[in-house]
Amino acid sequence: MSARRLQGGSAPLRLLPGALRRGIERFAGRHQSLAVLVGVALVGAFLPVIVGVPPFSGFGNRNDFVDGFANAGVFVLLALGLNVVVGLAGLLDLGYAAFFAIGSYAYAYSASPFSHLDVPFWPMLLVGAMVAATFGILLGAPTLRLRGDYLAIVTLGFGEIVPVVFLNSDTYTNGTNGISAVYQPSAYGLFGIGSFGFGNPWPYYVTVLAIVAVAMMLLYRLQDSRLGRAWVAIREDEVAAASMGVNTVTTKLLAFAIGASTAGLAGVFNASKLSLVSPDQFGFTVSFTILAMVVLGGMGNIWGVAIGAFTLYEVQSVFLKQLTNFVHDIHLPAVDLGFLRLDISAIDFVQYQFLLYGLALVSMMLLRPEGLFPSRERKRELHESAEEAAESNEEVVQA
Amino acid sequence: MTATAGAAAPVASQAERPLLRLDDVHTFYVHVHALQGITLEVFPGEIVTLLGGNGAGKTTTLRTISGMIHPRSGTVHFGDDDITNVPAHKLVRRGVGHAPEGRRIFGRMTVLENLQMGAYTRSNKDELGADFERVFALFPRLRERSGQAGGTLSGGEQQMLAIGRALMTHPKLLLLDEPSMGLAPILVEQIFQVIRDIHAQGTTVLVVEQNALMALGVAHRGYILQTGRIVLQDTAANLRQNPEVQKAYLGG
Repeated sequence: MSARRLQGGSAPLRLLPGALRRGIERFAGRHQSLAVLVGVALVGAFLPVIVGVPPFSGFGNRNDFVDGFANAGVFVLLALGLNVVVGLAGLLDLGYAAFFAIGSYAYAYSASPFSHLDVPFWPMLLVGAMVAATFGILLGAPTLRLRGDYLAIVTLGFGEIVPVVFLNSDTYTNGTNGISAVYQPSAYGLFGIGSFGFGNPWPYYVTVLAIVAVAMMLLYRLQDSRLGRAWVAIREDEVAAASMGVNTVTTKLLAFAIGASTAGLAGVFNASKLSLVSPDQFGFTVSFTILAMVVLGGMGNIWGVAIGAFTLYEVQSVFLKQLTNFVHDIHLPAVDLGFLRLDISAIDFVQYQFLLYGLALVSMMLLRPEGLFPSRERKRELHESAEEAAESNEEVVQA
Repeated sequence: MTATAGAAAPVASQAERPLLRLDDVHTFYVHVHALQGITLEVFPGEIVTLLGGNGAGKTTTLRTISGMIHPRSGTVHFGDDDITNVPAHKLVRRGVGHAPEGRRIFGRMTVLENLQMGAYTRSNKDELGADFERVFALFPRLRERSGQAGGTLSGGEQQMLAIGRALMTHPKLLLLDEPSMGLAPILVEQIFQVIRDIHAQGTTVLVVEQNALMALGVAHRGYILQTGRIVLQDTAANLRQNPEVQKAYLGG
């Protein structure tokens, strides 16, 4: 049977990509880190320009858009971090927002009138990441012996417990009210685009872009490192990984720690931008949203996950609002069916975001289970066997 | 069956110290007493086979040796080192290569990436290149399929990959768990020929098998396990002649 498929592995015929695309791919292959930095910078420069052009310019002014992009950057970071845990190492973490909360509170406590402390923002970025990483290891150490569903349940519990702990530790967190008036970062007219403040989103935007760019660069390096290969091996088969000499415990702990530290970074940034940190910001819906971003973008693909997170955030914060306004403005007459009154123009689509996420995820699983931008391995798993089958069918027909 | 104590004829370099020695090993799965005092030795340059029916403890013995599970009592020595409680990932560096039960190929990695995972603990580039060549020489099929995902290989190819991947750890002792399982007879012949080749290249092999006929064909010595105990040990030639072995395992 298999003897007839000697040439089975040959690459399927593909459309020839343009010379430009090949050139970019060659450059990216050789100078990956530089390509990532340049890529993020280009996207970052492009976004504020495109929103000044119709139709986008009709939806709001540029500063509001840029403010949204800075917030989207937080979720891009979160998704990138969760991608290490779920996408690369294959550990399902349903309580990832806990590390976001830990980073946020670390900054809020260290830089607000509440504690009379005023630790500068920039070093706190590192400290927040380290504190979150420590908790990642603390959570990971006792639970990483668990597999699959059990790990998911424990992380779910952790994600629920952490906000409750913050809610009840009044002395340090100000309880329900949260910590407000968190100090904003100080910079000395960052790159001539003004200082950090509510009216000026640009410094936040530039900062989050820089963090995302560096994070993506480091994550690409990690993915291609020995550690990255060990993560993938553990995701595929833990027993086999151990018998190849992979220390499964430290490898999984590192995934947790690195994922958590990224969430910590995002937390510090978000706390400084929002200037308010309260326990209700870190519920399960946050963990779920981040997970949906990772799945939608394509687990294991760093660019894919970043784009997935950005897209989903913009859909929820811009598109659904605009859709609500649009439907409201066209004044469709309400349909009265007696038992049910359908008034489309009164629908607030933002309220239905989780229904829409659910629908999006279900249709993804049916139509494109590997995500919008699949990682190499996932694409292989889900499509090669089909191609193989088609190939051997052809051979049978020919024979 | 009676134990034929110490009847092993000297093979190759048996005057040396054993490469592997299990001494009265008891291993439990929580409450199940899986290994009930296993004592066995593998000398450098030998092919030794561990035979027995389902649930006899063959796989548990291999898992105990390779550090996937630790015995409750007894000792495991590798060379001069006590490895009783050394975790699996450290044993790989010391030279215990394990092709576990059920192949456990990394399905989404290519054949080449699977082999590279086998070389995870190694850094010497020259040695590595030679080992890749060695594996591809033993299994030309793997070279042909090197870009293909492991999960799309046939059963026989996956078994070749599992053995090749274990060889990439550059083991002094290669542990093979039922390499013939689920394979067509012609492939079983091939796999056992490769085991001979690997041995000829200087690797000591401990192979667990249900296919006693094939295993006793390549092995120098054999142990027979029943419900966690070794009930018989002898040279492969003697075991083949033993009427009880013939009746129970060789269909004679």
